[in-house]
Amino acid sequence: MTQPFIGFEKVSKVFGALTVVDQLDLAIHEGEFVSMLGPSGSGKTTILMMLAGFEAPSSGKISVAGRQVDQLPPHKRNMGVVFQNYALFPHMSVADNIAFPLSMRGVAKAESDQRVRRALDMVQLGALSDRRPSQLSGGQQQRVALARALVFEPQVVLMDEPLGALDKKLREQMQLDIRDLHRRLGLTIVFVTHDQSEALTMSDRIAVFNRGKIEQIGTPNEIYDHPATRFVAEFIGETNLIHATAEAADGEVSRVVLANGQSLSVGRKALKPGEQVCLSVRPERIKPSGTQENRIAGTVRDVVYHGDHLRLIVDAAGQTVVLRSERSEAAPTIGDGIEMSFSPRDCWVVAR
Amino acid sequence: MNVLGFSKVVFGLAAMLFLLAPLAAILPLAFTDSVFLNYPIASYSTRWFNELVTADVWRRSIINSLIIGFGTTVLATVLGTLAALGLRRQEASWLFAFARTAFLLPMVVPAVVLGVGLQLMFARYNLANSYLGVIIAHTVIAVPFVVINVSAVLQAIEPRLEQAAASLGAAPPTVLARVTLPLAAPGIISGAVFAFATSLDEVVLTLFVAGPNQRTLARQMFSSIRENISPSIAAAALIFILGTIAAATVLNVLRRYRKPARAVS
Ligand SMILES: Nc1ncnc2c1ncn2[C@@H]1O[C@H](COP(=O)(O)OP(=O)(O)OP(=O)(O)O)[C@@H](O)[C@H]1O
Ligand SMILES: [Mg+2]
Repeated sequence: MTQPFIGFEKVSKVFGALTVVDQLDLAIHEGEFVSMLGPSGSGKTTILMMLAGFEAPSSGKISVAGRQVDQLPPHKRNMGVVFQNYALFPHMSVADNIAFPLSMRGVAKAESDQRVRRALDMVQLGALSDRRPSQLSGGQQQRVALARALVFEPQVVLMDEPLGALDKKLREQMQLDIRDLHRRLGLTIVFVTHDQSEALTMSDRIAVFNRGKIEQIGTPNEIYDHPATRFVAEFIGETNLIHATAEAADGEVSRVVLANGQSLSVGRKALKPGEQVCLSVRPERIKPSGTQENRIAGTVRDVVYHGDHLRLIVDAAGQTVVLRSERSEAAPTIGDGIEMSFSPRDCWVVAR
Repeated sequence: MNVLGFSKVVFGLAAMLFLLAPLAAILPLAFTDSVFLNYPIASYSTRWFNELVTADVWRRSIINSLIIGFGTTVLATVLGTLAALGLRRQEASWLFAFARTAFLLPMVVPAVVLGVGLQLMFARYNLANSYLGVIIAHTVIAVPFVVINVSAVLQAIEPRLEQAAASLGAAPPTVLARVTLPLAAPGIISGAVFAFATSLDEVVLTLFVAGPNQRTLARQMFSSIRENISPSIAAAALIFILGTIAAATVLNVLRRYRKPARAVS
């Protein structure tokens, strides 16, 4: 695609001495579902607020549909926004809250009523339409906010942790509903979340933020399997970071040595000999047996029961390695010596 | 009950007695049948209330108080609300700080000083001895109450709510009409009640700027005390107090109504 639908070009936002967003370049395509994932305070809300028009960038340009929007006031941007703290109008009923954007667009009463009802049904709140927001639970308020931002079918929907207050079951239901709406209406969605599994399941692409910068942007698969930095490897999913030193890089495979002198082969990656690196290996990719190419011996320190699987905490080569083990196997017990192994394809080298 | 709790109650009752005793002393005299303002009351009647509504000076002054009170309420509420909206931004500039102080100044400037100034100015602009003049003078001292009350509710309104309205397609005037003002309504109404009460018992400024035709109830009470003390003053005071209690009740009802709106963040 040539021109991005939403484009950030060298956008920075500074509050006093604090740089909250730092030279951000980001291109989002029409109809794409992009999640912004990052720790608290990494600037996600600020980026969303700049896109919605409530904060002006300190420098840089933001464009939507090929048009620079810096001068466009928020009410002309036609973006649905779900705010982090819901921002429902306390003096209006649930139905009036949802009808608000329709009345702003001059939608006739009969049609408005019908669309409000459909939106309420979507978020399963049909019975509560006459309540005031203060009479709703946090999760119910969140769903009203969602309905209000979607009812006028804007091209772009910005969501700031819209599912944070919901319980697991409802959250999964809403995730499916949002994905469905996204596909059905061709919405472009920018979705902020703390929850990495939510980002992995819902997004076309994920941007991982740290201190106002994008650490990595890519498909969930790329982010999970090939984290660009140690921060991303640790932030997304659970991983083992095994300290090692690069040894040699000859063609298809590179080799690294552990602190105890053991040598392992890793996937192809340009490494300088002597470079200090970390091997990121997901717990589910390590086998509690010596069947794979890279073998490490260790002692089981703890076995943790997780219902469908066990987690083994193993001391090996002066470090702690966590791995996932099926329950059906003859499970090791605490104190057992075990041999673990993983394939070079399943480990990923990141800078230390 | 421990000693501390007991002494708290005693002190509280003493303070209440201190505040209410003068009222308790004067009010029964409104129902006396005698022409003198003293105890004991030999027989009871409502003749002084009759006098209030039939005697020309009293009737006129009550009507004046209502005209001027309502005029002041409307003017002060509109101006004070606009001022509070304008002063809302948390800008730390000295200009804003100055403006904020300027709006509250009439509360601390001695009424006599204001009165002299207004009198001079009104003479110049032909406003002396006119209803408009008195309404303007009362508005000057009523505006701070509106500014304070409205500022307080505006402060409690989440900016996110107005942003949400904008993101849903509301232009700034619509945001004001559909979100900001409805949420500020309790503060605006209590500001209006304060403005009315201020106008009602204002004497000093009225002495300076009002002519004989704009004598208000408070002003009339003031002069009747000096000229001829009669129990009609006690009757007028009773009406005053009932009015004040009514205003306080309105405020309390509003406060209760306002709570749910504030609970949501
Ligand atoms: N108006 C403001 N003035 C000063 N600092 C601000 C302002 N708004 C945000 N910040 C700061 O900017 C940083 C980023 O805030 P932001 O709300 O964008 O974080 P976030 O990534 O959304 O965090 P969370 O996940 O907790 O919502 C924080 O350190 C915050 O204190
Ligand atoms: Mg945030």
